[in-house]
Amino acid sequence: MEALGYSAADFYYLLPELILTGGALLVLLVNIIVPRRGDLLFGISLGTLVVSGLVLASFAGVDTTVSRGLLAIDGFALFFKAIFLVSAALTLLMSAPYLRVEGVPAAEYYFLILCAALGMMFMASGVDLITLFIGLETMAIAFYVLAGYLKPSHKSNEAAVKYFLLGAFSLGILLYGMSLLYGVTGTTRLDGIAEALAGQDRSLLLAAALILLAAGMGFKIAAVPFHMWAPDVYEGAPTPVTAFLSVGSKAASFAMLLRIFVEGMGALTPDWQVIFAFLAVVTMTVGNIAAITQSNMKRMLAYSSIAHAGYILIGVVAATERGVVAALVYLWVYLFMQLGAFAVVTMLRRHDVVGDELKDMSGLFARAPAAAVAMLLFMLSLGGIPPTAGFMGKVWVFGAAIDQGFIWLAVVGVINSAISLYYYLRVVVFMFFKEEAAGSEIAMGPAMVTTLTVAVVGTILFGIYPQLLFEQAQAVAGSLGASVTSAALQ
Amino acid sequence: MDFIWLIPLIPGIGAALNGLVGVRSFSKRTAGLVATGAMAAAFLLSVVAFVQLLGSAERYHKVTVASWIPPIPLETANGIGSFEVPWAFTLDPLSGMMLLVVTGIGLLIHIYSIGYIDHEPRGGVARFFCYLNLFCFFMLILVLGSSFLVMFVGWEGVGLCSYLLIGYWYKKKSASDAGKKAFIVNRIGDWGFILGIFLVFFTFGTLDFREVAVAAAALPVETAAVGFGVISLICLLLFIGATGKSAQIPLYVWLPDAMEGPTPVSALIHAATMVTAGVYMVCRNAVLFTHAPMVMEVVAAIGVVTALMAATIGLVQTDIKRVLAYSTVSQLGYMFLATGVGAFAAAAFHLMTHAFFKALLFLGSGSVIHAMNEEQDMRRMGGLRRHMPLTFATMCIGAVAIAGIPPLSGFFSKDEILYRTFLHSPLLWGLGAVTAAMTAFYMFRLIYMTFFGEYRGPAPDAEGHGDGHGHAWHGPHESPRLMTWPLVALAVGAVFAGFVGVPAALGGSNMIEHFLEPSFTVPGAAHAAEAAHHYEVEWALMAFSVLLAAGGILFAYRNYVQRPEAADELATRLAGTHRLLTNKYYVDELYDATVVSGSMSSARGLWRFDGGVVDGAVNGTGWATRASAMISHVLDKYVVDGLVNLVGWICREGSYGFRRAQTGLIQNYAFATLVGVFAFVTWFLVGR
Repeated sequence: MEALGYSAADFYYLLPELILTGGALLVLLVNIIVPRRGDLLFGISLGTLVVSGLVLASFAGVDTTVSRGLLAIDGFALFFKAIFLVSAALTLLMSAPYLRVEGVPAAEYYFLILCAALGMMFMASGVDLITLFIGLETMAIAFYVLAGYLKPSHKSNEAAVKYFLLGAFSLGILLYGMSLLYGVTGTTRLDGIAEALAGQDRSLLLAAALILLAAGMGFKIAAVPFHMWAPDVYEGAPTPVTAFLSVGSKAASFAMLLRIFVEGMGALTPDWQVIFAFLAVVTMTVGNIAAITQSNMKRMLAYSSIAHAGYILIGVVAATERGVVAALVYLWVYLFMQLGAFAVVTMLRRHDVVGDELKDMSGLFARAPAAAVAMLLFMLSLGGIPPTAGFMGKVWVFGAAIDQGFIWLAVVGVINSAISLYYYLRVVVFMFFKEEAAGSEIAMGPAMVTTLTVAVVGTILFGIYPQLLFEQAQAVAGSLGASVTSAALQ
Repeated sequence: MDFIWLIPLIPGIGAALNGLVGVRSFSKRTAGLVATGAMAAAFLLSVVAFVQLLGSAERYHKVTVASWIPPIPLETANGIGSFEVPWAFTLDPLSGMMLLVVTGIGLLIHIYSIGYIDHEPRGGVARFFCYLNLFCFFMLILVLGSSFLVMFVGWEGVGLCSYLLIGYWYKKKSASDAGKKAFIVNRIGDWGFILGIFLVFFTFGTLDFREVAVAAAALPVETAAVGFGVISLICLLLFIGATGKSAQIPLYVWLPDAMEGPTPVSALIHAATMVTAGVYMVCRNAVLFTHAPMVMEVVAAIGVVTALMAATIGLVQTDIKRVLAYSTVSQLGYMFLATGVGAFAAAAFHLMTHAFFKALLFLGSGSVIHAMNEEQDMRRMGGLRRHMPLTFATMCIGAVAIAGIPPLSGFFSKDEILYRTFLHSPLLWGLGAVTAAMTAFYMFRLIYMTFFGEYRGPAPDAEGHGDGHGHAWHGPHESPRLMTWPLVALAVGAVFAGFVGVPAALGGSNMIEHFLEPSFTVPGAAHAAEAAHHYEVEWALMAFSVLLAAGGILFAYRNYVQRPEAADELATRLAGTHRLLTNKYYVDELYDATVVSGSMSSARGLWRFDGGVVDGAVNGTGWATRASAMISHVLDKYVVDGLVNLVGWICREGSYGFRRAQTGLIQNYAFATLVGVFAFVTWFLVGR
């Protein structure tokens, strides 16, 4: 091993990933030995995430690279890996009751969730284009299968095929961009790229690489006009998968985006700032306006998720440490409110009701008051009303933009937040002021209670005590490399 | 002293226990014990902290518990500043003194409450103690907060608790109305306070009291010659906040109505602690105020006029608690008078002594009301000294103290204020002295009407005269020991508390003034030159005010004991004045006719405006948004789809085999991606 350039430290720092791999394989193995034990598999999967998280936590403060410099173990990676593990754990918690109702096998499902999380971890750590791409593929392939996991459902099948085809298409674009970038700089390593770009004139080839990379990443974060897959896939995929897709996958893609553009292409900041500023405006506006007329909760949340990608992009546009901090904070905040909202939708899936239409929310307050109040909180937070975390996230994102002179961008963001309140509050109206919808009793098991509790606590805590999150994000943003500071100096 | 953050927290935990668990499952006794225990612990910690403070050289200790609001860039007068507020507490002489007052008197009142609130149903008792503890939690945050914003958290919190406790008997309409009145009137004051805080941040770029004081000390004093500058504006706005919380003209009207709350609440919140928060806030910002002498004149004038006006109203009130309420307003006016003439230490000193004797008087009145079966009208009392000797004795001590008879506590603090006022302006002193005479009169009128003469109340009723609690009332009786014991403790305080501030003219050293001095200046400031001592003047003033007090007492004795009919004769002779006073100068009516009905009619107007114009605009915007969504939908459906279908038609013809798997939409999606890519490429080629 030593001869190949690997040392024991490499394996030590990859332990969280190795544990995930082991846990994923163990799930499959256990399923063969003792079949149809969904609870056992659930326990193994959740345990894997917890152990991986604990090992990960012990890496706090580490700043090194492993695997011959292909993977960075730094604060930035750690911050994102924590997002992935928490969102995967919450996804698992809401999946357990959902899988029982749907009556689909659990083993492969848990296996794929863990694999997707594994791919995300590499996307956060990778500091090499190929490594990042492999992480992305690992995650994407797991999601292709997960989207079509409900085999009898046409919608689910359709989602899988669409996601796969469009995913392949966009990955092609991304790879094309990467190869052009390699062609210009002669390396796939981000630090090498940054070095090569520093003294280079802006050629057309470079512009093409930039645009293709932006388009490829834009697809992954579902930025308009690369978003068209999202509503269909979000609607068709099993609800917990949708939740994980909209939070975990999006966060991982943002991690990769920040790595490539801020760390690798910091020298081109003014160029990609323009692209992302345009994307941010279009994404927010289209996402919010399209969400208004949706009658399906998952579709509505899909458009809402598109709009939120737009808000986060504002932070990326600001491109300074403040902007990155804002984006990081926003992703955490978004995790809690978005997963919470999806958890409530998941809960409405009962043996006789699909439960993902807006009208299924009717009279929820009378049937399940706790869930309705939690949902109210998530909707307020998504809409950015204080004292919820969503408000704080928006304050930072818009603040970072204003700081960098992108006042018009912040103005567009605020107008969009106002528009978004329309469809968020419509959910509240349905929950609190409409007659109860048909369907059997809504059961709230311990797993669902845990999910909602975590989401509610996160949404409130970071709303009234944002410092907790802010300090972490600030400590982390610095580890994105000197490029951030140099961008700030321009 | 690093543990001072625990002091507010402990009552907070007590409130949480009583509120979350207690209302459902605590017995009355447990609820009382939890709350009282929390206060006792807070008091002990306060004593320890205070002793440590006395032992420390610096007399300033700031504890940052946690960061709270992270740095947010905000516009200030000096460019972009960083708006950052830590969750920090400060222990200095001023907050240390307040700490002892709040926890010490708070503890006694908690003990008293166990006896007082015993008639209430079980859940109600826990609710009461929850609010009471919560109040102490916020009050201690207010006192300890080391920045405007932390103080404001406490400031709003005590306002909330005040509202909850005034309306404790929320089924009674007058009580819930009084709660609302207090809340709304305070809101008007808070408007000023908040604007003041904004302006402080805008001007100084920080909200920390010490930093603001240091920054302000470097600025010139805004005398009439310099003009009315930003510090004056800040102080004026802050003072508006203080008039709301501390019941000064024009916002004092809520306090008398607040007497609808249970009596221990009146004692704790509406006499000893919360209402003094305005005075405390002004003292806390002594450096700011001394830089705004024009506002100081306003403060002094408002203070003395409030003191005089409230005292005159107090002369004719017949409700025992309302007499005390107006007396509180009047005494608070004294404190503002003191701050207005620059005697911040005297204000704080009077705040402390007033806390003792006014809490004592309120609790005593509570004991009387308890004994009289919820009767509050003094015309239906009389002769109670035989039935409740302990209450009588302690209330007498309170009355003597507030009247300003040496050597009780009120004498020292009040004379310090009057002396300093005299040096500043003999006119203000004159008004203050008249007020002092009136104070002595109405307090002894209260004592005489309640405890002397013949018993005029309802006959003790053997047939279970409805007292609402299902047991018969056996005539006036002394209250249980849980209630009288705190009276005795407070009486001891009312007698001796003044000795910490014996003036130099009487051979003392005015300890408290020297102790508090560091809180009113910035570190390193040169000690203010000791004012030249005019012992003769001070002696003369003292003698004069003692004479006035004695005159007031004697006049009360003649009118209410010797010839009880004399008071009525006087009232008939001065019928006009009497009517004006019993109707409290018609201020409530004036407010009703102007502000209240004005707001109501403008609210109705706005409602119509809202219904017509705003709703129209909102609906219009909503319609426009929907319309644009529809347009984009139509666009999507006919234009985009049309184009896509064109492309799709070509593809579809060519790849028939894929047709079943492809819905046509995927091409649409991929096409959009390509459009995006090409748009950017075009822009890069053409646009730059």
